[in-house]
Amino acid sequence: MSDTHAQSVAFVRDTMIPEQAPPASEAGIIKWMRENLFSGWFNTILTLVSLYFIYQIVTSAYPWFANGIWTTSSLAECREALDGMTGACFSVLTERWNQLLFGFQYPNDAYWRPTLAFFLLIVALVPVLYPKAPRNMLIFTAIYPFLAFWLIWGGTILIPIVAMLGFVGGYFAFKQFDHQSFAMGLLAGVIAAVVVWWVGGFATGAAPNLLALEAVPSRDMGGFMLNMILGTVCVALSLPIGIVLALGRQSHMPIIKWICVIFIEFIRGVPLITLLFVANVVLAYFLPPGTNFDLILRVIIMITLFASAYIAEVIRGGLAALPRGQYEAADSLGLDYAQSTRLIIMPQALKISIPGIVNVAVGLFKDTVLVSVISMFDLVGMIRGPILASTEWNGVYWELWGFAVFVFFIVCFSISKYSQWLERQLATDHR
Amino acid sequence: MSTYSDPPSGSFQLSMLINDTRYRSYTFQFVALLLLVLGMAYLGWNLVQNLAAAGLNISYQFLGEPAGYDINQTLIPYTSQSSHWQASMVGVLNTLLVAFLGCIMATIIGVAVGVLRLSNNWIVRQLMSIYVEIFRNVPVLVWILIIMAIFIAVLPQPRDFRGDDAEASMFLNAFAFTGRGFYSPAPIFGPGSGVVVAVFLASIAGIFALRNYATKALYQRGQLIPTLWPSIALFFIPAILAFYIMGRPIGLEYPELRGFNFQGGVFMRNSLIALWFALSIYTAAFIAENVRAGILAVSKGQTEAAASLGMRPNRIMNLVVLPQALRVIIPPLISQYLNLTKNSSLAIAVGYMDLTGTLGGITLNQTGRAIECIVLLMLFYLTISLVISALMNVYNNAVKLKER
Repeated sequence: MSDTHAQSVAFVRDTMIPEQAPPASEAGIIKWMRENLFSGWFNTILTLVSLYFIYQIVTSAYPWFANGIWTTSSLAECREALDGMTGACFSVLTERWNQLLFGFQYPNDAYWRPTLAFFLLIVALVPVLYPKAPRNMLIFTAIYPFLAFWLIWGGTILIPIVAMLGFVGGYFAFKQFDHQSFAMGLLAGVIAAVVVWWVGGFATGAAPNLLALEAVPSRDMGGFMLNMILGTVCVALSLPIGIVLALGRQSHMPIIKWICVIFIEFIRGVPLITLLFVANVVLAYFLPPGTNFDLILRVIIMITLFASAYIAEVIRGGLAALPRGQYEAADSLGLDYAQSTRLIIMPQALKISIPGIVNVAVGLFKDTVLVSVISMFDLVGMIRGPILASTEWNGVYWELWGFAVFVFFIVCFSISKYSQWLERQLATDHR
Repeated sequence: MSTYSDPPSGSFQLSMLINDTRYRSYTFQFVALLLLVLGMAYLGWNLVQNLAAAGLNISYQFLGEPAGYDINQTLIPYTSQSSHWQASMVGVLNTLLVAFLGCIMATIIGVAVGVLRLSNNWIVRQLMSIYVEIFRNVPVLVWILIIMAIFIAVLPQPRDFRGDDAEASMFLNAFAFTGRGFYSPAPIFGPGSGVVVAVFLASIAGIFALRNYATKALYQRGQLIPTLWPSIALFFIPAILAFYIMGRPIGLEYPELRGFNFQGGVFMRNSLIALWFALSIYTAAFIAENVRAGILAVSKGQTEAAASLGMRPNRIMNLVVLPQALRVIIPPLISQYLNLTKNSSLAIAVGYMDLTGTLGGITLNQTGRAIECIVLLMLFYLTISLVISALMNVYNNAVKLKER
């Protein structure tokens, strides 16, 4: 520093002023609140209204939860135990827990079977849901449907084994003829499977009690188990059908295209409940005289058709979003239609359609409660029917409906969170 | 699909139907058609046999016969002596009524929530996302039943309004919210009321004309004409003037407690209200997401460009952001309306007599004509869906970005 200006200027600062802390209103939580909660009269009103709303909810819900009674066997006892205080009678949930989960007809000593099937479902889903899980776990996933059928419905183990052997035989026959053409392989696979099932029918007939669990008829299924069964079975079945329908709708063959278009538009145009009415009262007219399908099977058929139309539309969106160059590149490699679809088109189209497929799956799972309208006792049907109509629990609304909301929210919300996670995992393009 | 086949060589051979890509598609289509026809024939044959075994036939005669059941909420005159056809018409109108009311309320709530989810107020944002996630992830049937249960359990019964120290009282002495339903005053149109209504309609037409004129003036001459206050004035003043000039021809009939129930006024059953509210708040959660996505889809550059032209914030919203956001919002919005209409068939769970309740419910059970009833039911919903999607296509073509 020179003192050139020592005479002309009274004072020259030659050091930096130390950094000052920002004013209290512009720092930390106060700043955040000013910007986010009170940045204007309208925002302030909104904040105050919201805070009041939250306060109301908390003050009325907290004693209700905190005073909750978990161990009485009827509403009257619960009211007595509460003694005039505000409080929830959660004892309806504990007392009717098994009914809520399994319905009121499933044999009590067999509750372990659907429970086991549920936990095995989680194991079976791991390799499907997490791309990083060991690949040979997929073998268990392939076995799972047959195992679950045996566990839930009971009966001899031969039926699911024969069914599975049919698929295995079909798969090997398909592999054998696949190199000729996809259609030949498919035909051989179907023939082999039918032969195995036909032969296996004799084996099952010969030993009907081999490793048999107590058989449970379909009409005894109920509670949340029924929702889970309908949801998983229908989503799993509607995926392949939806893929075929989407491909058919994109096809250049007019007849096949129009069959698919009419089917999809018809299904999407009517409410699910009319389709359930069809399953309930009309479908029997279209089956051969004397056959007697389970109601649950008829409902599965109709819900699967319903879901597959929606999934077809989602996948069609994925197919349309694929750049034209992908189709042309596959053609220029000399791949035929089946090869290019399997190896090039579908993997990419499915990846694009994952969010849509998950949306359909969540919607479908929610729609399974509609079966309560055609007097099947799923979770909602159990609450509306046997539980609310019983003398012990007539008048318990909040606890039961709160439970239903809680269960569906947990399942559907976690599915949609999973799909967001998977989308990020699969995003292989550079952004 | 493929165009890489060899050039035609020689005459047509039968094997080319399978091996030649030019002809193979004919084989596939023929097989598909054959399978379809065979499948249809099989189902049809089963149907004929089953009907013969049950001694039934397909006939729509029953639609002309007296229905023999009462409907508790009707928009058109109906008695239990009316025909099944009239019962179905009552059902159709009830379906359309709840769908219409539901669409309006769902749009209002949905737009409000969608905008508030983008608010910079942290608490409001969180509350709105909680609302959206909870309502989206729980079946609408559960919401319908919950709201119905709340109505019955929480709201007072009409008898609670009786006596001097009644437990419940009417709101403004005009509205009664009871567990059975809502009562509100009904307008009574006296002589001369037609003039008032005509003046009111004319002033609404006038508002639209004024707005059109203002838009034209803005685009052609760059002239800004205020529309908000004139519109409000036009909405109220002529109609009120006409009302008093004609000597107050329109009166209100208030609901009154007689005996155990209210008489007079407009009565909306609890089932209608529960269905309406539940469908609205459920669909609103989806609409809120569409609105949010639509607003986020307008790139920030558009707002900044408009600001750099010197436009004020509300003009930016009206003239730049909203027109572009609406293009994104409206198609999913309309499919939400369709979903709401289809979900209104859940009315049967709370006993609201929509088409599913009349034609698909009581008529079906009374006449046993399951196939006919369900075919008609499906046709009705299919018609609505196809009409709405046709309208949507027209709209989409109208607002499509004109590129190249």
